[in-house]
Amino acid sequence: MQLVLEKRAERSATIALVSPLIAIGLTLVTMSILFAILGKNPLSALGVYFIDPLIDGYSLQEIAVKATPLVMIAIGLSLCYLANAWNIGAEGQFLIGAVAGSWLAVKTQGTDAGHWVLPAMLLLGALAGALYALIPAICKVRFGASEILTSLMLVYVADLLLDYLVRGPWRDPKGFNFPTTAEFDPVATVPVLIEGGRLHLGAIIALAVVAAGAVLLGRTINGFEIRVVGAAPRAARFGGFNATRLILLTFAISGALAGLAGIVEVAGPVGHLQPGISPGYGFTAIIVAFLGRLNPIGILVAALFLALTFIGGEQAQIAMKIPLDVTKVFQGILLFYVLACDSLILYRFRLIAASSKVQSGAH
Amino acid sequence: MELIEAILLSVLAASTPLLLAATGELVTERAGVLNLGVEGMMIVGAACGFGGAWLSGSIIVGALCGMLAGILMSLIFALMALGLAVNQVATGLALTIFGIGLSGLIGARFVGEKITPAPHLHVPGLTDIPLVGRILFGQDAFVYLSLVLIVAVWYVLYRTRPGLILRACGDNHISAHALGYPVLRIRTCAVMFGGACAGLAGAYLPLGYTPFFIPGMTAGRGWIALALVVFASWLPGRLVIGAYLFGAVSILQLHAQGAGIGIPSQLMSALPYLATVIVLVLISRARTGGSTAPAALGTVFVPDR
Amino acid sequence: MRKFFVAAAAAMLATGAGLFGAHAADKLKVGFIYLGPIGDLGWTYQHDLARQALVKELGDRIETTYLENVSEGPDAERSIEQLARAGNKLIFTTSFGYMEPTLKVAKKYPNVHFEHATGYKRDKNMSTYSGRFYEGRYIQGLIAARMSKSGVLGYIGSFPIPEVISGINSTMLAAQTINPNIKVKIIWVNSWFDPGKEADAAKALIDQGADVIMQHTDSPAAMQVAAERGKLAFGQDSEMIKFGPKTQLTSIIDNWAPYYIERVRAELDGKWASENTWDGLKEKMVVMAPYTNMPDDVKKIAEDTEAAIKDGKLHPFKCPIIGQDGKQVECKGEHLSDDQILSMNFYVKGIDEAIPGK
Repeated sequence: MQLVLEKRAERSATIALVSPLIAIGLTLVTMSILFAILGKNPLSALGVYFIDPLIDGYSLQEIAVKATPLVMIAIGLSLCYLANAWNIGAEGQFLIGAVAGSWLAVKTQGTDAGHWVLPAMLLLGALAGALYALIPAICKVRFGASEILTSLMLVYVADLLLDYLVRGPWRDPKGFNFPTTAEFDPVATVPVLIEGGRLHLGAIIALAVVAAGAVLLGRTINGFEIRVVGAAPRAARFGGFNATRLILLTFAISGALAGLAGIVEVAGPVGHLQPGISPGYGFTAIIVAFLGRLNPIGILVAALFLALTFIGGEQAQIAMKIPLDVTKVFQGILLFYVLACDSLILYRFRLIAASSKVQSGAH
Repeated sequence: MELIEAILLSVLAASTPLLLAATGELVTERAGVLNLGVEGMMIVGAACGFGGAWLSGSIIVGALCGMLAGILMSLIFALMALGLAVNQVATGLALTIFGIGLSGLIGARFVGEKITPAPHLHVPGLTDIPLVGRILFGQDAFVYLSLVLIVAVWYVLYRTRPGLILRACGDNHISAHALGYPVLRIRTCAVMFGGACAGLAGAYLPLGYTPFFIPGMTAGRGWIALALVVFASWLPGRLVIGAYLFGAVSILQLHAQGAGIGIPSQLMSALPYLATVIVLVLISRARTGGSTAPAALGTVFVPDR
Repeated sequence: MRKFFVAAAAAMLATGAGLFGAHAADKLKVGFIYLGPIGDLGWTYQHDLARQALVKELGDRIETTYLENVSEGPDAERSIEQLARAGNKLIFTTSFGYMEPTLKVAKKYPNVHFEHATGYKRDKNMSTYSGRFYEGRYIQGLIAARMSKSGVLGYIGSFPIPEVISGINSTMLAAQTINPNIKVKIIWVNSWFDPGKEADAAKALIDQGADVIMQHTDSPAAMQVAAERGKLAFGQDSEMIKFGPKTQLTSIIDNWAPYYIERVRAELDGKWASENTWDGLKEKMVVMAPYTNMPDDVKKIAEDTEAAIKDGKLHPFKCPIIGQDGKQVECKGEHLSDDQILSMNFYVKGIDEAIPGK
């Protein structure tokens, strides 16, 4: 007897609904075992991770702050992936967007520049992100160079460029030569939504991006084109869709969104340009995109959920002295279970006799 | 002359972990599987490799522990990406997050401990030959192993039937399946080989390079190994050149600084990455008809029955 | 959706101090934010050693909590605020990059006291503290110049910030008093922590003729390379003699324990006030590891110099100081002012290279 995977005739709507629940259930069981091994009370540990942040307004707000860049980047990436264009360099586009927008903030510092500064910064950030993403896209369509590799390599280049700028030309003149720009002026800062909190305008932008993503994919020709090219490239060619243009387009959109996320993060929660502005948002967003099944609403939920594990992990460190490494293991296990359970939407297991090669007619 | 010899020696050592990990990933990708979790497998290999060597007092036991850890990590990937047909990019990234956390938990009790690093070969007479002696006859076992391994991989891939079948799985899994080859089983073996190599590459860092363990000590080398495979356009010969080129650029930029050549160090550090992009464009352009990537790379395969 | 956020915000205001605050015990809660994992060596480890010393000293009256691996990016503010909300009344943020986030949280929590390491911005409830590491570097420079046969020192830098630049200058000023023609080769690895790269840099420096290796990075990799090649080296942050029993000359050890104990005592007694502390060898915030692997006369020079610095008889940046460009550095007193040292961005005469990014 052998257990094999086979494709379902059509997506299972039931499993699509229950699979996240199964995954979370399995994660809870696995983590309880791990907590028990570590000598922590599993119930209270899980409570700190999952329940406490959700019943506390401050934590809810922080979850939204953490999820904001993830949502923006992941929506863009999902368009790429749907079109079979593999942009894994969103981290670099995020940084370049932050750099480009900060340029204006640095240049207008201390002048009486008006309220046009912030919108112009956001625009510059998005533009720079798009242009930076177009480098691997052009290398791909003109020369056939793998976009997975080139986009990844450019992450390191962007990181080093930012590093050079804040340690050299853009360094805060009053900052004792430490590697950071001066704090941005109020007109160059993303406003917070609630006085005293950290929730900022970026959260609204992220929601708008989700809505735009949903409209684009569901209601427009471009969205249709993206999905056809991704799902059936040959059919798309016959249909007259231009795959080259689509690679450029999706890369540009995802780069723009990553760049926008970058400048929003810098002009918002951080408040100045410095090295280390991204704790790996560009890479985490790839996982968010897949956890959200490349669907805008799904991505929103996935980003919020992942943000919850970050906040919960921190509170677990404070309240129960659970090491940070446990949180990473926990995130890894959670991702494995969610991805595995989602697989059952498209596939199912069947038990067959080991040696017989049954030809199945129905497919 | 002595400086050249010294630089070459440093380059050899710096390139070895890259070459080892990239060799494994090359075989994995040749079978049509893209495992982005190399960094995660490496860091767990480093923690387990050091732990094994420290507890047993033997470098060989350490290396085997590193390989075993790499294989176990790769089996998680295989279970997900091959057994359950999950997207390989997402699985690989999840594997890296998981691996970084796991290595921290495993390695916590070994931090601050010290071992005797892997011994270097010494052949009286031969090792003392000026310039080439120490380069050819004065390395540790990992360096020789990495070269033997890549030659063996070249031989198996291009000169044997199993190699042909493995490449067939990577180029067109549907035909390979139709011809009766167990695609998933072959791919699982390739993924496990990749895991063993990544684990060994990770173990080399605390066993041969810097004889102690610190969390995060792979410092992104797994990602460079991934880049190397594409840089080499999936050819073993080019992989060797690429690994040594990458090692050379990273060592030479340090030497240039020490010699007082005034280029921003960030630009120097960025050079290997820019060079990869440029070389990649050049080799892709030179070959009409696009890259030589295995045609089925990264795609899901579920056999029809 | 927008309503959701407004509701969330309202909930936040309603909960006020939050869940953790409600459980506040009688003991004083003291929080720490760490940059790296604690590990067993290096910057974060030294801060945690001090935290442990604190618990040993005042454990019956305080309770400590820490968050490790907090990156200096957008997450830092939240991590600090989490500690404040959890009821910690005194919070140490132990890396330069936490300066702005600490300042922001300090404004929001006027009743909580903050201590920020190595920064320069303060507030009525936010102090700063750091060590005069350049004092230790001066002693290292003397030892290095005496022990070097080739007259070339190797220096591994992390980032060209003032703390590192002033360390290089202090080393060279000392070395030049022994050997006016001494040379230093500097390699920046652009990381506080990458053992492989630090080892490669040490190899490159030795290959280029350096025979004494000094570092401003965190891992013992350079020490171990020097040991392998039969050269000499200095440790950093922690005692590293284990990695080079025949190699380590001494090590600059960050010793935060006396300061932490003093500050927590002040808090317990209700006498805490915002201050700027910059202590050195005298106050034992900077401690030299035993002088090893050197002849007795070198050891004596080192010990005498250490005593002279402690007594205030010797200042590493005694004027006149000639810059790399041959011009005398502006000097108002007998030595450079603290502000000049804290913002140092020039090399002294005798260093051939240029500061990156300048």
